[in-house]
Order: sequence, then C-alpha cells, then structure tokens
Amino acid sequence: MIDRGYYDGFGGAYLPEVLVATFDDLEDKFIKAKNDPSFWKEYTDIMSTYSCRPTPVTFAENLTNHFNGARIYVKREDLNHTGAHKANNVMGQGLLVKRMGKTRVIAETGAGQHGVATATMAAKFGFKCTIYMGEVDVQRQRPNVFWMERLGAEVIPVREGTRILKDAINEAFRDWVGNMDTTHYVLGTACGPHPFPEMVSYFQSIIGKEARKQILEKEGKLPSRIYACVGGGSNALGIFKGFLDDPVELVGVEAGGRGLDSGLHAARLSSKDASIGVAQGYKTYFLQNSDGQMKETHSVAAGLDYVGVSPILAYLKESGRVRFESATDREVVDAMSFTIKKEGLIPALESAHAFVQAFKEAPELSREDIILINQSGRGDKDIFTVADAFDDPNWKEFIKKKAEEYNA
Amino acid sequence: MLESYLKSRLIEKKILLMTHIVLGYPSFDECYKIIEAMVNAGVDLMELQIPFSEPIADGPVILHANQESLAGGSTVKKCLDFAQNVTQSFDIPFLFMSYYNILFKYGVDRFAAAMAERSIKGAIVPDLPPEEGQDYLDAMKKYNLDPIFIFSPTTTDERMNYLASFGRGFIYCVARKGVTGLETDFSGHLEKYLGRCRRATDLPLALGFGVKDKNDIDFLKGKTDIAVIGTQTIRLVEKEGIGAVGEFIRSLR
Repeated sequence: MIDRGYYDGFGGAYLPEVLVATFDDLEDKFIKAKNDPSFWKEYTDIMSTYSCRPTPVTFAENLTNHFNGARIYVKREDLNHTGAHKANNVMGQGLLVKRMGKTRVIAETGAGQHGVATATMAAKFGFKCTIYMGEVDVQRQRPNVFWMERLGAEVIPVREGTRILKDAINEAFRDWVGNMDTTHYVLGTACGPHPFPEMVSYFQSIIGKEARKQILEKEGKLPSRIYACVGGGSNALGIFKGFLDDPVELVGVEAGGRGLDSGLHAARLSSKDASIGVAQGYKTYFLQNSDGQMKETHSVAAGLDYVGVSPILAYLKESGRVRFESATDREVVDAMSFTIKKEGLIPALESAHAFVQAFKEAPELSREDIILINQSGRGDKDIFTVADAFDDPNWKEFIKKKAEEYNA
Repeated sequence: MLESYLKSRLIEKKILLMTHIVLGYPSFDECYKIIEAMVNAGVDLMELQIPFSEPIADGPVILHANQESLAGGSTVKKCLDFAQNVTQSFDIPFLFMSYYNILFKYGVDRFAAAMAERSIKGAIVPDLPPEEGQDYLDAMKKYNLDPIFIFSPTTTDERMNYLASFGRGFIYCVARKGVTGLETDFSGHLEKYLGRCRRATDLPLALGFGVKDKNDIDFLKGKTDIAVIGTQTIRLVEKEGIGAVGEFIRSLR
C-alpha cells in the first residue's frame, strides 16, 4: 500500500494479513483509474444514461416562505436510479470491478438502499451478488429486501451482534477474506480501511461538483450553509467536497435517536459519548465503552444507525471545518411529514435529519442567504416505518386485509 | 524467551501443540478447568483471547464465544486478573490474542506493562499489521514481550521477509483464506505454502485455522513446529463438556 490513508491521525488500514494483498491491488487499480482521464468520463457517462445525473437542485419556495429566512434549495439525490446517492458509489466501484476482472460482488446494507444499488449494478454488469443485512434492518426495510431478491441478489440476514449495519459489515468482511480472488466488497460508505474512505468520497464528490455549479448558475453566488445527514458519511462528504475551499458553512446532522441524553442514538461527532478507537479496519470516533467494546446504537433511520463514522469527517470535525448537530427520531418524522405536505418532496428518514437542522436555522438567516440541503434519498422505502410513526389507520386496514388474503 | 523455549521443546517432540480459548466463555471458572485439562494433557503453549465485540477474522464458533463472553459480563480487567491466576498456576507460556482496539483503548504501553506484570509472554493481534503497529512494537520491545506476526497464503515472499523482521517468538501461519473454524485442505498445496514460510524465517512456525484431529497433525509433522487447535476444542466443550478435553488433546499426538 502506497498511502495508509490517514487524515490527521484518523483512518489507516488495520487489515488482517490475508487481505493485505487484496487491498494493495484495490488501491493500485483505484489510483490508476483516478489518474486515467477517460475513467471519470466513463463514470459520468454511465451516471447520466443509467442513472439521472446531473440530479437537479430544487428551489423549495414554500418552505422558504414558511420559514421566512434563508432561500432553501434541495439537492435531489433521491432522483438517482434506485432512489439514493448510493448509486454514485456503486456504479463507480462496479467499473473498477470490471477493471479488476472479478465476477462477484458483496455488500453490507443498513437501510437497504446500498444493497439495492449494488444488486442493480450486479444485474447490469452480470456479477453474482450477495448482500449482508442485519436482521433488525431486514424487518424494518422489507421493501428493499424484496427488490434485492428480485434483482437476483442473495440477501443474508445477519443474526450476530446488534444485528444492524456494523454487524452486516463484519459479515461482509468474513465473506471477503475467503473469496477475495473472485469477489469485490462494495463497501457502501466512506468508512473502513484505506482506500475505501477516499474511494467512496471520490465517487460521491460528483454531488458537490454538480451542486456548486448549479447553485452558481441559479443564484450567482455560493450558499451560506449546506446540510447533510451523516451515517457513515458518504452523502455528506459527497456534497461537502464541492465546497471545502469555499466560505460555506458545512453542517453534518447525525442520528439523535431518542435524544443525546438517552444513550439511544448514533451521534458520534455531535455527542460526548464517542471516543477514538480502531474497528472494522480503521481509526475514528466510535460509540464504545471504556474497554473498547462497541455499543448498541439507535435511530429510526437504519442508514444512520452505525457505530463509527468516516475518518475524513472525524478529521473535518477536529479541524473545525464541519459543524456537527443531531436530530431526534421525533423531529425527523415531523420534518419529513412537513416537507411532504409543504413541498411535495419525500425525503428518506435518513435525509430528513438534514432537513430538521436546516429548518431550525433557516429563520435566523436572511433572504440574501442560500441554504442547500442534500436530499440523499427518497422516502418510499420507509413506508412501513412512517406508517407506524403516524399510526395510519387506513394503512393498517390495508395490511390486515392483505394478510388475510395471504392466509386464505 | 519464547523462541528458545519452543526450540528446546522441539528437541523432545516432533510437533508442539498450541490451543486457543476465549476468556470468559463459557465462564472464567470453566476456562480455568479447560486450561488445567489442556496443560495436564501436554499442551505446550496457549493463546488466551480477550473477547471483542467485532472479531472480524473469526468464524461463527469463536465469534459466538466472544459474544457470549461479553454478554456474561467479561471485561478486560477480569481477563487480566484471570491471566495472573493462570500464569501463577501453570508452567507453560501463555499469550494474549485480541483485536487492536482492546490494546488501544487500554493504552498500548499500559497494556504491554500489564502483560509483563502477569508473565504473559507475547501477543497475537490479527488486525494490526506492522505498518500500523509502531506503538505496539515499541511497547512490546520495552517490556521484553514477543509480538507474534501472521503469514497467510496470500502473503508474498517479499512481505513474508518484511513481517518476519518484526516477529518474535514464532510466526503464526494461517493455513488458508477465510475465517477461523472452517474446513482446511491438508494437501500438497499447504506443504508448498509452509515451504515458503520456512524459507522466510528462522523463527518456529505455527500452523492454524482448521486443524481438528490427529490426521491433520500427522500431516503437519516435519512441516511445521506448532499445530494450533482453536475452534475444535471450543466445539468439543460445547458438545461434550470439559471432561472430553484432556482425552482429545492426548489423542492428537
């Protein structure tokens, strides 16, 4: 490995020996692709024909009028094929898999969006595909499991540990250490051993590149603040990377779960509960106890329910370049509901975290200010969770009838 | 020193046995009895795994043991206390095996000092390549402890030389790709790999992952210095109880 992938002490590659050669090869192929001008063109071509890039920025006029402060824009990653920013990373890694000559891909998934995106890429490129998903997430994101299976992927529910995203990552690594000759692990976020944080944020940087250009074209100036939800950190880094050198305040919003005082959350950078550690192959802030054992996390949004965070974001937190906040489950469901009714946009529960913080801060800014929210994904997948949150009587009636039909 | 201990034992025995247990699984009391049975049956050295919540290099059996141990309330402090008791009671070398976060959170230097105080001879940290391990290497050297490094079939000859330059005590050779506890093919392929390992270092070689019975150990005689039994004894205790451990170990050589 040429570079160990450190960001002021965060990151690295804490690898079992059996994977060292695989990571050397991956880093080599990634650097070659990155330095090959035709690669980024191949990537943007496929993203503009197979997915919906460039995704638009939408002026949220009704929300702007309601909050009577900053002009609110929304970057529409929900309009990607498969409904989230995950496609950006997956298609990029898919092109690398072709260059590496491998025939099988595996992935972890929390909300299921990364799993669906990977299964889609595998179907298109003709790869075999296995998706690891925590048993808890299989339950709460069932529609995505259905689509992964229709796309030809094998979905393996993970029953170890806390049965959510981190446990799915562990199982994917266990698969990979045995099958690296044929298999590439399409890690879904900007975490894990080097070069994953760099590689994933490289592909996701397409969000920020586009957004910067689009906002400048529309408004002739840069936004004052940008909001993005932070699970592992890939959508946040994707949009932030376009503005790191600009006088733009960058705000990452973590899962506050049932509140930062409850212990039931996934706030690594915006709470005092996390500390620096090494797990899943990299060094960052983890929610762990004093022995270094990882804690159980909680969020209404499966995609943010993760114990670690991108080492690049840990570095940007320490350097003061990015501010981190959190949003509670209740605030998130309210913000999602409000956005749907006011603007006709359906953000995923994950993305709605960014909306919560933007809504808190928009009134304190003026009409001269622009704020940009990254709508990282669409909320259709959350139909069961959202229906439960609203205790929707018509939906319940429908489900009961459907169950009766199946039982008949 | 571990290396000289192993080399002197190898004058009397064709192959040495190293066993592996997860501390606190099924319980610390039972671990003590398992160790007692193993030592009485002639095990030459043992690795004591301090459980971790994310053991990515371990297969289902050891993963489960890690989780059960933690669920039962195991802490690093309890593991250290237990190690003290064990090294005072039994006259074979003991090593710690754990993932790096356990050392990192405890403080790498402080952890090495705690090992030395308890007469633990060395450590195996499977997610810490030497490139990331300068603090660890310094601390192990300071307290005169042996850092055990790992070769795998995917390790190039050049990298084997590199790893061997940091390793002390012995080199742990992983028999195949994949996690612990899966089937290993004991064949000419493995012999060729062990030949590569042998050429890379003068340190004794231990071969682990998938070693389960006398046939496997007979195959390994003359090709490696130490056979490592990990998952198989954990399975045995789960199925047949601690009483079966001594007989099993004696049946291997």
